[in-house]
Amino acid sequence: MAELEVPVLSVKQLNKQFGNGCPSCKDKESGDMIKNYCRECGTVYACRDVTFDVYQGEVLGIVGESGSGKSTLMKSLYFDQEVTNGEMYVAGFENGKKNVLNESAQKKRYIRNHLMGKVYQNPILGLKMNFSSIGNIAEKLISAGNRHVGSMETRGASLLEEVNIPIHRMKEEPRNFSGGMQQRVQIAKALSNNPPILLLDEVTTGLDLSVQASVLDLIKGLQRELNISIVLVSHDLGVIRMLADRTLVMLEGKVVEQGLTDQILEDPQHPYTQQLVHSLL
Amino acid sequence: MDNLLEIKDLSKFFILHNIDKNIQAVKDITIQIKKGEFIGITGKSGSGKSTILKSIYGTYRIQEGSIWYDSAHYGPINLAKATEREMISLRKHEIGYVSQFLNVMPRTTARQLVTEAILEMGQTREIAHMETEKILDHFELGRELWDSYPATFSGGEKLRLNIARAMVKKPRLLLLDEPTASLDHDSKWKVKILLEQLMKEGTTMLGIFHDLEFMNGLVNKEYSMKNGQFSCTIQKDITISS
Repeated sequence: MAELEVPVLSVKQLNKQFGNGCPSCKDKESGDMIKNYCRECGTVYACRDVTFDVYQGEVLGIVGESGSGKSTLMKSLYFDQEVTNGEMYVAGFENGKKNVLNESAQKKRYIRNHLMGKVYQNPILGLKMNFSSIGNIAEKLISAGNRHVGSMETRGASLLEEVNIPIHRMKEEPRNFSGGMQQRVQIAKALSNNPPILLLDEVTTGLDLSVQASVLDLIKGLQRELNISIVLVSHDLGVIRMLADRTLVMLEGKVVEQGLTDQILEDPQHPYTQQLVHSLL
Repeated sequence: MDNLLEIKDLSKFFILHNIDKNIQAVKDITIQIKKGEFIGITGKSGSGKSTILKSIYGTYRIQEGSIWYDSAHYGPINLAKATEREMISLRKHEIGYVSQFLNVMPRTTARQLVTEAILEMGQTREIAHMETEKILDHFELGRELWDSYPATFSGGEKLRLNIARAMVKKPRLLLLDEPTASLDHDSKWKVKILLEQLMKEGTTMLGIFHDLEFMNGLVNKEYSMKNGQFSCTIQKDITISS
């Protein structure tokens, strides 16, 4: 049981900076910095020594204000961008022994296509708006090595049904859909390769309350049924409270606090977390 | 360990950065609870009763002291130092918490709520469904409510559901945070019967009660709290009526 548990995803000392840095900001603690921005050379330290583990079947929440590095972190996890340095281990790849951040682009594509799914805040990033909805799903399935049209169609249709997209609209392009429907198509696409890890970046932001609720219920249901691990970024503490087992709090690129979600919400320690929790309406 | 729970010199204060204040919630709490014992804690609001329960459950992170718990799975474990994953596992399998508020997922039916609690422990779906119906019946929750949302329930119904959810897991340690507050006499009586039954089944319990009449005849020992410390202890002689 727990003491023998191996994380599904393990991230160690992940750093991402935009800019080369200069002698003044290389020493991140004492440099001439405004938050995570160097006044001398303009370098932005978006993620600083981010370290965490995600275990099977759990939802790890990440909260933090805009600009705290949440999305940069998610992009790094999905190989949407190169990291500056750091380590990341995925249980499904080489038994979690190899730092996947040092692997070739081809291997990274493999991991992304077979072991991960991602849902972006902005559906334009996650979907091809001029493909049919089912075509979007087929695209991910083809990347994962699927070649059988019939089976892909069956899979696509059942996924879309699962996320409540009416069957008669599955050939339609997502650009005709409402925001909530687009998000649900994204979720169907992300799940199509049965990934053990699902990355959700602000998936309910900007949706109206009832649509938010349906997307959240969908995520919770899927997690329950499939026992997948989810990394969930949100600045909405209500979403975090509803879904996350454990939570990280990010500020200026750093993880300033982590704990069980009820610990974070009921006994916040860091000044920023206290401010955040006390801002809850 | 002889005891199921040994709390030693527990202190907890809240450091509130925005107003630059430290608030001492409890101080130097020491208490031992034997297996199968039912301990009651009484005291005014703000005297630190809930802080003790929440520290045991891991919701509060304490500054000083230790909370040794004799786990079925881990053996003796200091809950104050347990990892997040250990705490999650203990909450799933061994330690239950019931408050007067039902804190649940919105849009989840009573039936789903209890079923999930059982599934969490690794039971099969068939068993979970059977056990759910059994316990909901047992708690006399009307069948017409099983497939509706607890948000629409009355206080007593919510509470019985809440206790059903905790009890169905047969926890080794059950923490009760004013479970009978705002209940009518009839509902209280139902809860009391259920607690007595849990005691018979060997569950160790630690409960906060405002209703002294309710607590009498139920607990083995009563601790009274004042300003974050125990002010007196009363040993009760109880016989459970069958």
